[in-house]
Amino acid sequence: MAQIFHRSTNFISRFSLFSAVFLAGLGLVGVLGLARSPYSTNQNVSRAQPVQFSHKHHVGDDGIDCRYCHTSVETSAVAGIPPTKTCMNCHSVLYADSAYLEPIRESYRTNDSIQWVKVHRLPDFVYFNHSIHVNKGVGCSTCHGSINQMPLVFQASPLLMEWCLGCHRNPEQALRPLDQVFNMDWKAPADQAEIGKRFAAERKIRTTEELTNCSTCHR
Amino acid sequence: MDGMRKDDFIDGHMHRHQAREGSLHADDHSGSHEEDSTAHAHRLDLGQVRAKLREKSGKQYWRTLEELADDPHFEDLLHREFPRQASEWDETVDRRNFLKLAAASLALAGISGCRQPDELIVPYVKQPDGMTLGKPQFYATAMPFGGDAVGLLVESHEGRPTHITGNPDHPSSLGGTDVITQASVLNLYDPDRSQTVSYLGEIRTWSDFLKAAETPVLKAKTQGGAGFRILTGTVTSPALAAQIGNVLRQIPGAKWHQWEPAGSDGPREGSKLAFGRYVNTVYRPEKADVILSLDSDFLASGPGHIGYMNAFYRRRKLSGPGDTMNRLYVVEPTPSVTGSSADHRLPLRASEIEQFARGLAALVGLGGSGTLSPAAQKWLDAAASDLAKHRGTSLVIAGEFQPAEVHALAHAINAALGNAGATLYYTDPVEANPVNQLESFSELCADMDAGKVDTLLILGSNPVYDAPHNFDFTSKLKKAGMSVLLSSHFDETAEYCQWHIAESHFLETWGDARAFDGTVTVIQPLIAPLYRTRSAFEVLAAFTDKPGQTAYDVARDHLKALAGAADPEKFWRKTLNDGVVANSAFPPISVALKFTPASLPPAKTPPAGQLEFLFRPDSNVHDGRYANNGWLQELARPVTKLTWDNAALVSPRLAERLQLTQHAAARGGEHGQIVTNVIDISISNSKVTAAAWILPGQADDVVVLPLGYGRKRAGFTGSNKGYSAYVVRTSTALWTATASADAIKKTGEEYPLACTQYHFNMEGRKILSTGTLAEYRKNPDFAREGDETPPKEMSLYKEFAYPGYAWGMAIDLNSCNGCNACVIACQSENNIAVVGKDQVMRGREMHWIRIDRYYAKLNTETGDPSATDYDALDNPQTYFQPVPCQQCENAPCEEVCPVGATVHSAEGLNDMVYNRCIGTRYCSNNCPYKVRRFNFLRFQDWETPSLKLLRNPEVTVRSRGVMEKCTYCVQRINNVRIEAEKLNRPIRDGEIVTACESACPAQAIVFGNANDPKSRVAKLKAQTRNYPILGELNTRPRTTYLAAVRNPNPELEKA
Repeated sequence: MAQIFHRSTNFISRFSLFSAVFLAGLGLVGVLGLARSPYSTNQNVSRAQPVQFSHKHHVGDDGIDCRYCHTSVETSAVAGIPPTKTCMNCHSVLYADSAYLEPIRESYRTNDSIQWVKVHRLPDFVYFNHSIHVNKGVGCSTCHGSINQMPLVFQASPLLMEWCLGCHRNPEQALRPLDQVFNMDWKAPADQAEIGKRFAAERKIRTTEELTNCSTCHR
Repeated sequence: MDGMRKDDFIDGHMHRHQAREGSLHADDHSGSHEEDSTAHAHRLDLGQVRAKLREKSGKQYWRTLEELADDPHFEDLLHREFPRQASEWDETVDRRNFLKLAAASLALAGISGCRQPDELIVPYVKQPDGMTLGKPQFYATAMPFGGDAVGLLVESHEGRPTHITGNPDHPSSLGGTDVITQASVLNLYDPDRSQTVSYLGEIRTWSDFLKAAETPVLKAKTQGGAGFRILTGTVTSPALAAQIGNVLRQIPGAKWHQWEPAGSDGPREGSKLAFGRYVNTVYRPEKADVILSLDSDFLASGPGHIGYMNAFYRRRKLSGPGDTMNRLYVVEPTPSVTGSSADHRLPLRASEIEQFARGLAALVGLGGSGTLSPAAQKWLDAAASDLAKHRGTSLVIAGEFQPAEVHALAHAINAALGNAGATLYYTDPVEANPVNQLESFSELCADMDAGKVDTLLILGSNPVYDAPHNFDFTSKLKKAGMSVLLSSHFDETAEYCQWHIAESHFLETWGDARAFDGTVTVIQPLIAPLYRTRSAFEVLAAFTDKPGQTAYDVARDHLKALAGAADPEKFWRKTLNDGVVANSAFPPISVALKFTPASLPPAKTPPAGQLEFLFRPDSNVHDGRYANNGWLQELARPVTKLTWDNAALVSPRLAERLQLTQHAAARGGEHGQIVTNVIDISISNSKVTAAAWILPGQADDVVVLPLGYGRKRAGFTGSNKGYSAYVVRTSTALWTATASADAIKKTGEEYPLACTQYHFNMEGRKILSTGTLAEYRKNPDFAREGDETPPKEMSLYKEFAYPGYAWGMAIDLNSCNGCNACVIACQSENNIAVVGKDQVMRGREMHWIRIDRYYAKLNTETGDPSATDYDALDNPQTYFQPVPCQQCENAPCEEVCPVGATVHSAEGLNDMVYNRCIGTRYCSNNCPYKVRRFNFLRFQDWETPSLKLLRNPEVTVRSRGVMEKCTYCVQRINNVRIEAEKLNRPIRDGEIVTACESACPAQAIVFGNANDPKSRVAKLKAQTRNYPILGELNTRPRTTYLAAVRNPNPELEKA
């Protein structure tokens, strides 16, 4: 009996088998890539806020320390979003009539909170603690990027678990001198690996094994 | 309430009907007719149980009667991995609809699930002083309860009270709590709470009420106020009493009545009989070597019980065989928490307790006599001589529900034994206005009936539900002119009152209260009232010349008056900070005994062959006021382990005579459902229908009817559960009713009860280790006998070193009496859902810590000293064992998880990662301790707004399809570690306190670093009493137990 298919169809069948595997792989890469993409992580996405508060102006130009507003960053799990009162400390005098700041004054008058849009969102089952990171010498800009350059804050890091683990596996890379924690322009020196190791020992940073325990962040 | 679905809660009647169907259903679907008949043949046969018990020699422990009977049907239920009907779909939604819904939700999820919506941050406008965002604050306050107030430290997250701990500086707590105080935080967020003022069911404003209140005041001024009446429960608040006094002064002729349905006049009248005046008794169990309880559950109920528990168990801590411990004798009709942990327990009918007390009085030389059975007399002789040997260090405590005579006898006996002033002392009454409440309440009812009451103010009571039925309170209430009710819910009484004012929770209002020893605490609010609610102070103020007065004004003014020479402002602030007014406890007074036992009229001989029906408050819902609290409803009662219902508790012998039986039935594959007989109880010209429950250890011919159930208007959770024992309770038989044996009739129907002792069974192994003090001294290693823990190297897995912290827990069974405080503390701390009766019957309750109750038959060599007349079924020894996750070092659960959702931490914690869990349940199948809990359904209520406020923000709220279990409160470990690490110092011993540990009044649970030999937990684990459960499996549990040691009287041992 004669062959039904011409020899050349062998190539088509091999090609389709091969490309099926290739496409499946591509699909997987695509899905994993999508999950890591800013589309999914919201990285680098600026959010409209009720008041277009500029960190660039307040931090970069005026040089106000992070802790003036984020008062609990050294003591508590959350850094703290300042109450309206904190804004009014200055703005009852400076730009007191600016139409731009009316939502602030309105909040202060009516006792209704300003509702900010959250930029750095972690899932509800993740328990991140600011104070321990800051106290052990992880700087603000390590995670939050150059806030002093941001007219509107966006999320500078992907905030994926693998990104967290990046540091928890190698904490040395992120440790700074304690007086540089709030310095937005700090750059790691060339001998960071060595300095980091010294800092880790001095500050009794827990071992990688301990830092990567599930219950360190999930409970 | 938390996480309950409507279809779980059919009203009681329907439920009963349905449930009966359910049990039939179990049989109908068993496949063949043969199996159908075997199910019926395997009803519990108590005769067979007794025979088996006699056969067995040596120590025997059992949890359920079925287990003891070696019932093959029950064993079959236990052993099948998938019992009959396990795979059956018995929900109302059929498969077709389910698939439709599943497809629709998948499609919708596809549309909406791409991106998460934005989340808003809502900061303060002006942040309160002293608050650090993200850090909880603790405020000292107190919970008023009956004749006591428990000092508390309440945890508040950004203004939301979430968790309650005891105030270590407060004598009623000493750091511990009980189930009701722990669960009271849920009452605050109860979605069924009343929210406003209403008049004849229509919403009114507060000012409407103030206006309406003017009329009776004006009338009283012109015509006298004899028709003005106030009804309250027992009041120990000095400020409230002062304000009531103020109303009574301004409305001349007005009267104040008190009625506490689950509070007895016995102690009050007993002190009057003994001393000629009302006197308060404060016990000091820590100073007593020998304690005799005459039907007193002093460790678990009544004023001061949390403090007493602390004091009592301080004398039962053993650091080695050389230590001594106290000895507890209990005579009681029904097994209580106290009785269950006694060294010697004698079941006697309630009416025989007086005979016993008279007999004891005679033996200590006070004259008189009591008639007892020879066996009881022998027991009494031994107890009496033991007491006499410990003059000044012994203590006799009379039970709250015993009549005045027993209390007077106890006072006389204590005086004769030289205990007054040593192991107990007397003070002025703690109550603001001690009265005979039954007389006070009868007077009110008579006056209402005579039309003499034109204004009735009810503050927090619910007499339509809980008044004795012969008072017919409801019809009399209709004769009152204006009726005003202040209550937290629109309850049974609210239906019949004109004005209903929503009551503020104690966490929402100011006030004060005296504890059992007189210590004053200021009650300070943690949160502004959630709704338009008012406190008793504000309602009373409406009838004075200062109608706008707030609770804050009254409490503050009253407290400042106590300041004495101190600066009033400083005094106020210090009191708020400490939670107690320093040195405000009443000083001991000396009172002369004006009573001789011989002068008592001859005791009414308990009628032979008659049944005794006892009315006792429920250990969880009390007199019914906590009926709508889902935590308390679902919490297994300490001794019966029943949930969601009350039953008529009968003794095994009575059950045999009445041919009452019960059998375990599977529901959805588990065995938490026990089908029992329904009985009609006709006493005191009234009838109630109840499910019967056979309770080992109950005195013969005694039936206990727990109060607090059968509520009609408790709310979504509490309405129509169980039966109301108030229906057959009369003023002449408030605590004990006698009736002939034909008062009980089997109706032929059956009713399923949800009992938690039928699942999570670790049968047949050495779970419990107990001994006597003598055995312990002879053989300090008795606890580890039979322990076959293999050597450490014998494991396929690589040995793991724990160089840093090694968290561990030691639970001293010698200090555990099963009070359940730890269970509710854990539920509150860890956001644990309530699942409802139907799910408990399927064995799906979510408690991370369960307390197993074991009955024991004593070693036959020594014989049960108190059981000459009884066998082990009638008076078993009882032990309790709390079982949280054992945090195994070689954890079987970890090896079988396909997704790594449960893994080991470097400190030995068995971490549970909810976000990884896909719900295979392999881990729970492989857990030998049965401590893992699976969210079969979405048990959490994510919609009700008020319940969102309740959650602990430190712990993930789990959803459907996720496994969960005890984490050793890893959130607390982490928070303490972070604080320690910030200071570069190690965690100190005792710094991390788990929720269960902090709640335990007896300090039975100790948590800490087992690697530090100086830590408390390491010291306990080093004791010879320390043993692991199921050690032979080489799981190396981090939670270990210290064997229970009882201290029986050798004199009774010999017999």
